Amino acid sequence: MDLSVAGILLLDGVANGAIYALLAVAIVLLFAVTRVIYIPQGEYVAFSALTLGLFQLGQVPGTVWFLLGLAALAALLDAAADLRARTPAAAAVRRALRTLAFPVAVSALAIWLAPHKPPMAVQALLTLALVTPFGPLVYRLAFRSLADASVLVLLIVSVGVHFALTGLGLFFFGAEGFRNPSFWDARFSIGALSLSGQVVIILAATAALIVMLWLFFERTLQGKALRATAVSRLGARLMGISSDAAGSLSFAMAAFIGALSGLLIGPTTTIFYDSGFLIGLKGFVAAVFAGLASYPAAMAGAMMVGVLESFSSFWASAFKEAIVFTFILPVLLWRSMHDPHPDEE
Amino acid sequence: MPPRASSPGAPPVASASGGPGGAALRTAALAAFVVLAAALPQLPVPDFWITQANYIGLYALVAMGLVLLTGVCGLTSFGQAAFVGIGAYATAYLSTALGLSPWLNLAVGLALTCVCALVLGWITLRMSGHYLPLATIAWCLALNYTMANMEWLGKFDGILGVPPLSLAGIDFTRARNIYYPIWAAALVGAVALLNLLDSRPGRALRALNGGVTMAEAMGISTFRYKVQAFVIAALLASVSGWLFAHFQRTVNPSPFGIKWGIEYLIMAVIGGVGHVWGAFAGAAVVKLVEDQLQVLLPRLIGTAGNFEIIVFGIVLVLVLKYAPQGLWPFASSWLPAPRRVRDWEHAPPLAERARPAPGTPLLEVERVRKQFGGLVAVNDVSFSIRGGEIVGLIGPNGAGKSTTFNLVTGVLAKTGGSVRFRGEDITRLRSRHIARLGISRTFQHVKMIPAMTVLENVALGAYQRGGSGIARAMLRLDRAEERRLFREAERQLARIGMASQMHEPAGNLALGPQRLMEIARALCADPVLLLLDEPAAGLRHHEKQALAGVLRQLKAEGISLLLVEHDMDFVMNLTDRIVVMEFGTRLMEGTPAQVQASPAVRAAYLGTEH
Repeated sequence: MDLSVAGILLLDGVANGAIYALLAVAIVLLFAVTRVIYIPQGEYVAFSALTLGLFQLGQVPGTVWFLLGLAALAALLDAAADLRARTPAAAAVRRALRTLAFPVAVSALAIWLAPHKPPMAVQALLTLALVTPFGPLVYRLAFRSLADASVLVLLIVSVGVHFALTGLGLFFFGAEGFRNPSFWDARFSIGALSLSGQVVIILAATAALIVMLWLFFERTLQGKALRATAVSRLGARLMGISSDAAGSLSFAMAAFIGALSGLLIGPTTTIFYDSGFLIGLKGFVAAVFAGLASYPAAMAGAMMVGVLESFSSFWASAFKEAIVFTFILPVLLWRSMHDPHPDEE
Repeated sequence: MPPRASSPGAPPVASASGGPGGAALRTAALAAFVVLAAALPQLPVPDFWITQANYIGLYALVAMGLVLLTGVCGLTSFGQAAFVGIGAYATAYLSTALGLSPWLNLAVGLALTCVCALVLGWITLRMSGHYLPLATIAWCLALNYTMANMEWLGKFDGILGVPPLSLAGIDFTRARNIYYPIWAAALVGAVALLNLLDSRPGRALRALNGGVTMAEAMGISTFRYKVQAFVIAALLASVSGWLFAHFQRTVNPSPFGIKWGIEYLIMAVIGGVGHVWGAFAGAAVVKLVEDQLQVLLPRLIGTAGNFEIIVFGIVLVLVLKYAPQGLWPFASSWLPAPRRVRDWEHAPPLAERARPAPGTPLLEVERVRKQFGGLVAVNDVSFSIRGGEIVGLIGPNGAGKSTTFNLVTGVLAKTGGSVRFRGEDITRLRSRHIARLGISRTFQHVKMIPAMTVLENVALGAYQRGGSGIARAMLRLDRAEERRLFREAERQLARIGMASQMHEPAGNLALGPQRLMEIARALCADPVLLLLDEPAAGLRHHEKQALAGVLRQLKAEGISLLLVEHDMDFVMNLTDRIVVMEFGTRLMEGTPAQVQASPAVRAAYLGTEH
């Protein structure tokens, strides 16, 4: 291996690492606010890449029907609960509208626009708008009523959600894989290195999202409410912060981050309905590196995972995945030496 | 489900009804099940049934390991399929490439599994419980990719032509024959686990669920037990893999992937993750339903694919939401609840520790200090206790009394200062080592295992006075020792007036009796020094008087006491000396009369006039 190959691998690793960093940040965020170890984070990545792929073909993506189905189910469950609690009709209707309005509006827009093949940027925005509402809906359907359960129960539930979402992904998207076109076809040469426009976009989008998250958590009331919930759910509740709303918001943010990652990774590899799992788990290795607690450490871990992956695909491509996932063992060993905090629930 | 249940299957508090006949009926039900299982292949049933039964037995072996891990210990693993794979690949490779006997390969597979599980457990189990499942997902994926890419393991095609099992001339090629080793392994495994759960190490394992502080304070090494539980679960999976290889006669990577790792957990959860027999129920339901769904769903949907995982994923979520106990409790409610037969009356008593002569120095606390960040919770507090003394520790709320307790007993690490017990420096010892030296304690907030009976909870206190390990418990070689432990537990319960409630699940008790139960548990450890954190809280007047009588009796027997209590009548009438704390510092020390006369103590409790 010479320096230029190493440079290419490094660049490749950093680009992938940036995407894992986004996922790791979402995983840490969800764990901090809701204590859910959210295994299906990668599913959003696959859904978003496939949605964009189908928009490219001028088809209405299965995401639309998937989203409408979840929203209808959530509204139905809400209505049943309202009926049992004898909620005033006006309040029940308002709640149903809150659940249904956005998914229905976005779906209608997608159905209307899809055959016209709108510009790529519009397709990307539509994709984000279609995938993001999955977050609060999944929270509503699977996790909300279990808010007081132990981390272990929530983890097992999240594995159940992974199973259900993967199977439904196959149903709504089919078994076909998609590789999306690049957002930006430019190429730049820096010495021996060649930098593609897509890599520039990945790095820029990741950096922008991190800055936005930082501003959100530091400068906005909602961001501070999420941080308060992460420190103490009970304390936050006593200050008037609804832990339901915090959970819903953090799931929405995680879904948005997942959808964005899907847009970014789509042009670099072929994505199938079940590709998200492995991509998400690489985010997990990074999040575990951070003890599921620190955002900067999660990003550092993600870069390491990305670089390790690209170098091992050069040296031992058949064992690439095995090497990346075995990497979690030294990470855990290091963590247990560094910060062994036994649990006391 | 109850708020903050520590594991999905922490069994709810059941009523202790059912007479001594319950155990006999349960044994009869088990015998009937064994007879039916043994007769099944001899009956004129279709071959397909036998094949299904074989799969159910194989899956149940894996699922029962998860019952131990998840339902009993509050840990979990998504990587059990990888251990199945190790068992299967070990025997497939060794018997085809090297022609070794399958029986030898079983030992090799178990040894390999044991090493892998020890490494994984040793690395992850020191940390919070959620690192083990994450590590097992990654490990299962890594191992699966490795199997699928190794030339000598046949890559994705795996290994074909694995020889059948044979033993003493019996050939196990046919499904009807290999049925016997499979179900023998499953039933032996189930009975061994049931034996284990009803034993000294079993109580220690059950104490892991819901925090380690109490278990460690009973002298239990929680880390060691967590690792052992994980290894046992892995070994059960490995046996299943060994049988699987000789039943299928071929192995390939796909049945050992993460999808199966998750499905095993689904079986355990659906069947009832707190019950060993639930593993069988779950394995049967998942296997039979999966077969139906694989036919039905593609027909319904119109294309082929793994659509059954949608149903399993949704069912898993629904079970955890609405029936966290799984299916087994519905089945077992037909049988009367088992009740322990009282067979320990004539057991020899446990050996007791020598107690120090009254008045000799026992505990010397020297300027202990605890800081949480910038907050000094305990600020250089010193006091001492002599043999046969009752010392009170009082002070307003937030004075640092319970923190001082935790520093003395090693539950919290000290920022500074030293503690000596009977001349030995115990400053840096962990709580379980301190407990073994003869310091017992109760907790301000009761810590117990609600699903275990009062007697079993109290017997947990005598943990360090027994020595039976997991193997002895599984083989039922520990009964003589168990009788001695239960005799001691009943004696201590009788002493505090709770012998009549010993078969009651501890979770059924009111708060006052729960606190008394904790005292009996602490006494079971044969303490020299007993630390009681608010023992009288929640008791009625006459119960307090009875408790005071018991504590005086303990003092007369040479046991020293340190008690934190807010009931001033109780403290003043009982103690020899009192240490008063305020804002983390020692305000004064003296006899009850001196403390009552002190203006400083009055000011601390009531404030001063300006």
